[in-house]
Amino acid sequence: MTHVDSPPLTGPEPEQPATGGTAATGATGAEPAVDNTGSGGRKKGPSVYTASQWRLMWWRFRKHKLAMAGAIFLIVIYLMVIFAEFLAPFHPSDHNGAYQHAPPQRIHLFEETDDGTRFNPHVKGYAYEEDEETWRRTYVTDEEQIHPVGFFVRGHEYTLFGLFTTDIHLFGPKDPDAPMYLVGADRMGRDILSRVIYGTRISMSVGLVGVTLALVLGVVLGGVSGYFGGWIDSAVQRTIEFVRSVPEIPLWMALTAALPRSWSQIQVYFGITVILSIIGWTTLARVVRGRFFSLREEDFVTAAVLDGVSKRRVIFRHMMPSFTSHIIAAVTLAIPAMILAETALSFLGLGLQEPTVSWGVLLREAQNIPSIAHTPWVLVVPGLAVITTVLALNFVGDGLRDAADPYNR
Amino acid sequence: MLTYIARRVLMMIPTLFLISLASFFIIQLPPGDFLSTYAAGMSAQNAEVAQETLEALEQRYGLDQPFYVQYWYWISNIVCCGDFGQSFEWNRPVSSLIWDRLTLTMLLAIVSTLFTWFVAFLIGTYTAVRQYSVGDYFWTFVGFIGLATPNFLLALVLMWISFRYFGQSVGGLFSPEYESAPWSIGKAVDLFQHMWIPVVVIATAGAASTIRVMRANLLDELHRPYTTTARAKGMQEWRLIAKYPVRLALNPFISTVGWTLPTLVSGEIIVSVVLNLPTTGPLLLRSLESQDMYLAGSFILMLGVLTLIGTLLSDILLAWLDPRIQYEKAGSR
Repeated sequence: MTHVDSPPLTGPEPEQPATGGTAATGATGAEPAVDNTGSGGRKKGPSVYTASQWRLMWWRFRKHKLAMAGAIFLIVIYLMVIFAEFLAPFHPSDHNGAYQHAPPQRIHLFEETDDGTRFNPHVKGYAYEEDEETWRRTYVTDEEQIHPVGFFVRGHEYTLFGLFTTDIHLFGPKDPDAPMYLVGADRMGRDILSRVIYGTRISMSVGLVGVTLALVLGVVLGGVSGYFGGWIDSAVQRTIEFVRSVPEIPLWMALTAALPRSWSQIQVYFGITVILSIIGWTTLARVVRGRFFSLREEDFVTAAVLDGVSKRRVIFRHMMPSFTSHIIAAVTLAIPAMILAETALSFLGLGLQEPTVSWGVLLREAQNIPSIAHTPWVLVVPGLAVITTVLALNFVGDGLRDAADPYNR
Repeated sequence: MLTYIARRVLMMIPTLFLISLASFFIIQLPPGDFLSTYAAGMSAQNAEVAQETLEALEQRYGLDQPFYVQYWYWISNIVCCGDFGQSFEWNRPVSSLIWDRLTLTMLLAIVSTLFTWFVAFLIGTYTAVRQYSVGDYFWTFVGFIGLATPNFLLALVLMWISFRYFGQSVGGLFSPEYESAPWSIGKAVDLFQHMWIPVVVIATAGAASTIRVMRANLLDELHRPYTTTARAKGMQEWRLIAKYPVRLALNPFISTVGWTLPTLVSGEIIVSVVLNLPTTGPLLLRSLESQDMYLAGSFILMLGVLTLIGTLLSDILLAWLDPRIQYEKAGSR
């Protein structure tokens, strides 16, 4: 193997590490690290030659700035999914007729009192006039009304993880009934920020659950197709071509419209994820099959087969580690498609419905253009949530895809 | 070439069969059959349906028979007489409702494809030739945004902007005076004046990925020896690029139309709902909401078939354009 002759690398990020399957076998311990002496660049941790495949991937991924930014953003988003009740200042269905379509507020840090300026974070209340003809309200800030806000305030009660009940929220008005609409209110006076936070839970988990189902289908069918070959392979391939040749939105629309109306929200939710994965599995199956085919020809697989290793062990011990990384990348790129699909279906009114809150359900509120012109935050806030999240997922997916082949280039 | 086309057409038949089966499955999905819904709908309007009419309809669609017999009645009526069944919401034959809308949908999809190509071709070439320039990063960024923005959101934003700053609503495909007028040159001009917003919206999503394909392909070709040779001979740079590498980088555009066309049709459906265009989208949505299943199923059948024909045409076009394609193996990919 070539890497014995190559000069020792000093940096932690290798540009051209060992070739082919060397490092893969190295990772399993079959080959000792020959050339470990000169690489003093890293104080601890393995050098390029002994680094496991995952470590090599991590090094490569780390260089992809956008992917790193996306990954950090996604961690924040998923924390939001887990701790939605704690993070959202209000319950998503809490409505208040007095603040319909209230505009976003500013947080003021200092309060002017007679004794001078003092530190007291607060938001200011609203006053409004109602147009007699259109009934449209014009809100102005009421400088007199001061509602102090703070961290770890008490609000509505909730049960976190079904384990313990509390009423502490990360931030909110100190008086639970005070109006605080940091990004505005919708037509029923519900806090859009809280609704977007709760919507994140549904939208992001639709992506995850849908992708998991699609992954199971894709790995099983793609694996079967790649493993058996022959007529099974061509049958699966024809099915994939068929599914891909049909416009998916009309198909999704028809299938979701056919979900029984009597179903509960949970059933509809799972129904939709199943429908999304019926089409989503094709891409994953293609990736799995493609990797299966190309790996079958690799030297280290041939070597293992010649050593008399059982088929099962060849697949799970020798081939799996080489393509899990690709699958993870493909999965990451499949999630945004699922999220966008759910958003589109719910937007059309065929997917999830009130009182379930997802980004698509929120955007459904923004269908009426003249009302958007007066209350743009109804469209902008959930819209931005969708775009930034999908963008982050795309960046991470791209970064993972590049990193999945640490031996390339 | 002829054998290739014949083989390609033959290969379409099982797919057509599957599409029709899927559409019929969708028609059958809602509980109850179409007759009971029809009768219920009529009695809701205080109109009695004669028992004979019901029986005649039952006979015609074979509703008392098993699934495959019903399917056979349905598909043979479509193939032989163009009879797609009855829309009970409109109380008219489905075929009288769908053709105008399908034509406009396909027109929009085709114009969007051409527009996508045009934009992606220009921007892709630019970003490849000026790799790592500010413009390259800018367009890559725009492409990512386009990829991440749902079509309907873009449509909403454009409508909002035009309402806010130009004070007009941009929905529809025709001005009111042309809406029900027969086709004329004036109506066609009017159509094209209205079409640009949906076309731009639909094309954005497709363009984002196509730009990246074009850029990657062109980058591969730009450093080939033949490019260097041409340059060494003193050929003008823009002419050189347009004449050699771009031509080679163009092939994937046509060969990927099979994947972009379904995406564009999907995009068209949802954008037309938002913009309220007189195309398939709004009517399909309504028929699904009211469970007018013969109408919905026919739409899905025809959208699938038309997409398939579009893909077939693009394959033939590609085979004609690129002599390197092997007719024997093409299609198996």
